[in-house]
Amino acid sequence: MIKLDKLTILQGNFSLREIDVSIPQGAYAILMGKTGSGKTSLLETICGLRRPSSGRILINDQDVTRLPPSQRQIGYVPQDSALFPTMNVARQIGFGLEVRNVKTAQRKKRIEEVAELLELNSLMKRNPGGLSGGELQRVALARAISFRPRLLCLDEPLSSLDEPARQSMIDLLRAVHDSENVTVLHITHSSMECRQLGTLQLRLANGKVEPFEGLV
Amino acid sequence: MNLLKTSMSDAPTSSTTQPPPGNRNRIFWITMSGFGVMYLGLIVAMIFADYQYANWQDFKDLLGDPTVRFSVWLSLFTCTISAILSMWVAIPTGYVLARVGRDAINSRFANQPLMRRCLRALRYVIDTLLDVPIVLPPLVVGISLLVLFQTSAGRWLDGMTNEVFAALGFPGIQGITYEIPAIILAQFTVSAAFAIRTMRDTFEQIDARPEQIATTLGASHYQAFSDVAMPQARFGCVAAFTLAWARSLGEFGPILIFAGTTQMKTEVLSTTVYLNFQMGNLKGAVAASLLLLTLAIFVLLLMRFVALAGDDDRGIMA
Repeated sequence: MIKLDKLTILQGNFSLREIDVSIPQGAYAILMGKTGSGKTSLLETICGLRRPSSGRILINDQDVTRLPPSQRQIGYVPQDSALFPTMNVARQIGFGLEVRNVKTAQRKKRIEEVAELLELNSLMKRNPGGLSGGELQRVALARAISFRPRLLCLDEPLSSLDEPARQSMIDLLRAVHDSENVTVLHITHSSMECRQLGTLQLRLANGKVEPFEGLV
Repeated sequence: MNLLKTSMSDAPTSSTTQPPPGNRNRIFWITMSGFGVMYLGLIVAMIFADYQYANWQDFKDLLGDPTVRFSVWLSLFTCTISAILSMWVAIPTGYVLARVGRDAINSRFANQPLMRRCLRALRYVIDTLLDVPIVLPPLVVGISLLVLFQTSAGRWLDGMTNEVFAALGFPGIQGITYEIPAIILAQFTVSAAFAIRTMRDTFEQIDARPEQIATTLGASHYQAFSDVAMPQARFGCVAAFTLAWARSLGEFGPILIFAGTTQMKTEVLSTTVYLNFQMGNLKGAVAASLLLLTLAIFVLLLMRFVALAGDDDRGIMA
């Protein structure tokens, strides 16, 4: 269960005030909103990359509002992938396990498992430099789920993909959600993604998050 | 309407007076390169004149002198130590300066305008202070160091260093002032400023976003720095080390004042050039200069090919 309790984010002229949201365990929540409505700011605050002005963020009833990002157990896939330029794909996927001192054999097994799920086996030794947009997003997703996060935050993961890659990524996201049994918060402005993936649809408008059933 | 007609009828005429695009490109590139070629010519001419002036016998005489051989080894030793010390300071300082820049302050204190202004002003003062050793005349750096070590804190440090070196088994080194540590400190004071600038620019060019993402994956700030930022900064590190080493090798003014020029004790290659020149031995001074030049080019080229595996086509300073 992810709960935002009267969360307020003030950033210069931009503000989100007293956001209240509950996402049940195992849900695939889609948060829609216009460009500039504060979707990414909200996601980054949940991940710990921005500080809220007030309010609380609760994950499974644990207050994580003041915890550093490293202790929140949230997998984050940013819109720009932000892969590590000097690491090959296998090391990127295992990074979350490496920093948690998971033993090499166990780490290797999990890397293979995640690579299999996201069809990355043929790319394991490559650096991000030569990968396509879809491949970059798959690696970023693999990197974010390898350490079995409590929540997976996806920031417009399909926005830079062409149509065929988008459909295959939607299938992969569904597969990840089913097999990893992870709660997902996915932000987008695509109604197609909302229809195909969301078990809970939310809309961010006028500084408020509210349930959104209009497209289903 | 008339104006339009006139300008339209003029257009083909004016284009025929200009050279064709291919020629224009060539003129552009030749003009732009011309300035660099002139400067390059000056450097090559200076080196060539030095080699013309000195002969092999001067070199043999110079290297036959045990005091010069000592100064060569002392130069190489002190330059390397001061470059290592510079990097030790430059890597963390450059990283902090790059990551706590104007944008980071603006974003972190977006809702606290007073704090934001104060921190930006502080950042500006720190940046300026760090550039002081670069803009100060070298002699002033030497005098300032000498004066610093005349204060009570400086004297205490001098005395303590004396004891530390005695305990480490170097009873010959009597503190810092007018000793080998003075050479290293004088070189370090200037070269660290250059290394910090280089490392700051390096980290500023590296996107901070992957480091932030690394922290969401469970990495501490140190792990994000060492595993994500540092591997990307390797070329910058080589450039900063090389620059610090080269600055140290050429350092002269602060060493002359703060460490003196005692033969077989604090005489480095740059002071050998000066001493030879002062004694009217121009041939010796030129031979020592050439030795300095040859050493610098050899070591810098070696470093470039070893550290960068020769895989980029820029100069010695990466």
